[in-house]
Amino acid sequence: MSLTSARRAKRRGPRRFTRRDLVVLGVLLGIPVLLDIAIVWGPTLASIVLSFTSWDGIGSIHWVGTQNYTNLFTNYPPFWPAVRHNLMWLGFLGLIATPFGLLLAVVIDRGVRFSRFYQSTIYMPVVLSLAIVGFIAQLVFSRDQGVLNAVLGNKDNPTDWLGDPNLNIWMILIAAAWRHTGYVMILYLAGLKAVDPTLKEAASIDGANERQIFFRVVFPTLRPVNVIVGVITVIESLRAFDIVYAVNHGRNGLEVLSVLVTDNIIGEASRIGFGSAIAVVLLAVSMGFVVTYLVQEIRGEKNR
Amino acid sequence: MSRRNLLRGAAAGTGAVALPSLLAACSSGPGGDSKTIRMGSNSSDPVPKKAFADAFAAYEKQSKAGRKIKVNTVDHNTFQENINRYLQGKPDDVFMWFAGYRMQFFAKKGLLLDISDLWKTYQGFSPALKDQSTGEDGKQYFTPYYYYPWAVFHRKSLFDQHGYTAPKTLDEYIALAKQMQKDKLIPIAFCDKDGWPAMGTFDYINMRTNGYEFHKSLMAGKEAWTDKRVKDVFDTWRSLLPYCQPGANGRTWQEAATSLQQRKTGMAVFGMPHPGAQFPKAEQTDIDFFPFPEINPEHGQDAVEAPIDGFLLAKNSKTLKNKKTLESAKDLLAYLATPKAEDTYLAGDPNNIAVNSGASTSTYSSLQKKAVELVSGAKQISQFLDRDTRPDFASTVMIPAIQSFINNPKDVDGLVNGIERQKKTIFATEG
Repeated sequence: MSLTSARRAKRRGPRRFTRRDLVVLGVLLGIPVLLDIAIVWGPTLASIVLSFTSWDGIGSIHWVGTQNYTNLFTNYPPFWPAVRHNLMWLGFLGLIATPFGLLLAVVIDRGVRFSRFYQSTIYMPVVLSLAIVGFIAQLVFSRDQGVLNAVLGNKDNPTDWLGDPNLNIWMILIAAAWRHTGYVMILYLAGLKAVDPTLKEAASIDGANERQIFFRVVFPTLRPVNVIVGVITVIESLRAFDIVYAVNHGRNGLEVLSVLVTDNIIGEASRIGFGSAIAVVLLAVSMGFVVTYLVQEIRGEKNR
Repeated sequence: MSRRNLLRGAAAGTGAVALPSLLAACSSGPGGDSKTIRMGSNSSDPVPKKAFADAFAAYEKQSKAGRKIKVNTVDHNTFQENINRYLQGKPDDVFMWFAGYRMQFFAKKGLLLDISDLWKTYQGFSPALKDQSTGEDGKQYFTPYYYYPWAVFHRKSLFDQHGYTAPKTLDEYIALAKQMQKDKLIPIAFCDKDGWPAMGTFDYINMRTNGYEFHKSLMAGKEAWTDKRVKDVFDTWRSLLPYCQPGANGRTWQEAATSLQQRKTGMAVFGMPHPGAQFPKAEQTDIDFFPFPEINPEHGQDAVEAPIDGFLLAKNSKTLKNKKTLESAKDLLAYLATPKAEDTYLAGDPNNIAVNSGASTSTYSSLQKKAVELVSGAKQISQFLDRDTRPDFASTVMIPAIQSFINNPKDVDGLVNGIERQKKTIFATEG
């Protein structure tokens, strides 16, 4: 609402800027723009350029065309699993953890007993960094010394929760979701508190049942929160790194794109060109989401 | 105060804050006095860190010119991962690193200083050590300090209790493993969560089957991984897997060593410091080992895997451009190459053994003495898979490859084809 009033104010008449105002504006806008170019766009473009080269960080840079990409798609066994794991991450957080967080928020918002207690308990993991969550996951899921196997008590043939490459990604997703759920819950809780209760009253007077009130009235008014949660979910799944790195350096069933980038560029390996190619793939995937989001936002703004 | 003035003040303020720190950044670093040697250390673990501190203190004490060492310790793994940028950027004068291919790689890139002149004065180093300290151009770049052998480790008391004897051949090794299974033990502790521990087993099976020369050229990218000889290695390894602890990819080396200590497992292929780190002090004397058994009589038990750590000079160090500092740094290296310097270190870290034949073995534990025997009897000394080949090949190809072999040991053909294809692309890029 404030946006529209500001717009109207602008339309009232062209404002004169003095030369001094222009200089100040230029500087104040120019510095952020320059910083943006230097810190965000520069490295991005550099990565794209480097992805077409072969460079070990020391010697000369050789132009190799699309060779890095051919290698990546056809001759780098961890690549496709990494793409799959990133997508699984997105699916798991988006379809399971996020709705679950919403459910918890709704339940707590309705005021179950001890809701404060639940609220703080579920929110607790969010203050932990994902690397710590990774260490906790190890304490729980380790085959020989983990809590879970000690509780299950299968000593002869214990399940290798983190070592079995078909299983470990799910354990990690559960650990990541543990943290994500709390985050989503808090965001929705804040959103739900802001929903005007008269809307609900009006709906119930009109004869809507609980379900209808939630899905037809409350949920649509949560749109801004939904957008934020969506963005956070996408970011969390694409940047997934610390938790798998803490567990086993993102190998053996826990490959994700960001780890492959790091392994190739940061480590002793220094395959900078090749690593950049992986980074560009990650960039392309992110761009897909960014563009969708922007299109939505711009359209939404026009409709408003 | 108007808003504009406030902004102006703020801008001036940030400038005032930023400028001195920039100036400070310029003034520190190069220059300094030529008697302080800056040392880049990767010994972040408490035991070696303390032992190095002792050795450096001994140097400072004996230095007549009053030379001092300023140690800059970085976490071991971080140091390793940053080595490339470290050496190109602003390295310290002297730094700790590994021998062999891992050193030659940087020598070839011109990031190390030639110390052939010092090597002419060095005494007590075997030809195998000199070989590992020499770059591809025939010049020496590396001053060895200590090493530790890889072997099959076990508990002495456990072997006595069941009447086991150390196997000499692969058949005896398997027979022993079978006996252990009957005695309700898991024969071989096995781990590869960290990505490197299983490489030791690969190296040994390879060197026992095909010899050290093949290992060396395979690591240098000169042999095809699809060669029958490589497949043989994986086939032999597969025949050992039923006796190994299952779920190796989910187990750290610490957990595997602990299982050895707890008598749940019978033996394990480890480097000397690994079981030592997980055994309580009172049980240290119970650690014993035997050399990896013979597979092909032609190669016997000739080769020993014994990674060497030591010191090098970084060419890009700004202070080393100063001739007097260079002299100080070389003086330090010459001191560190003496038996006495090694003794000082090993008094504080008994999990390694001295490289210098003149070093005193009187304070050695029986395990150390046995290790000296093993290494000095070796016909060839290899470093380790990830030290004998290109770092990019070891970390981005071999770690996933060995882990996938452990998960699915049946598909050796697919595995070696994959390794070979990736090897070709990596070794094709100019290193």
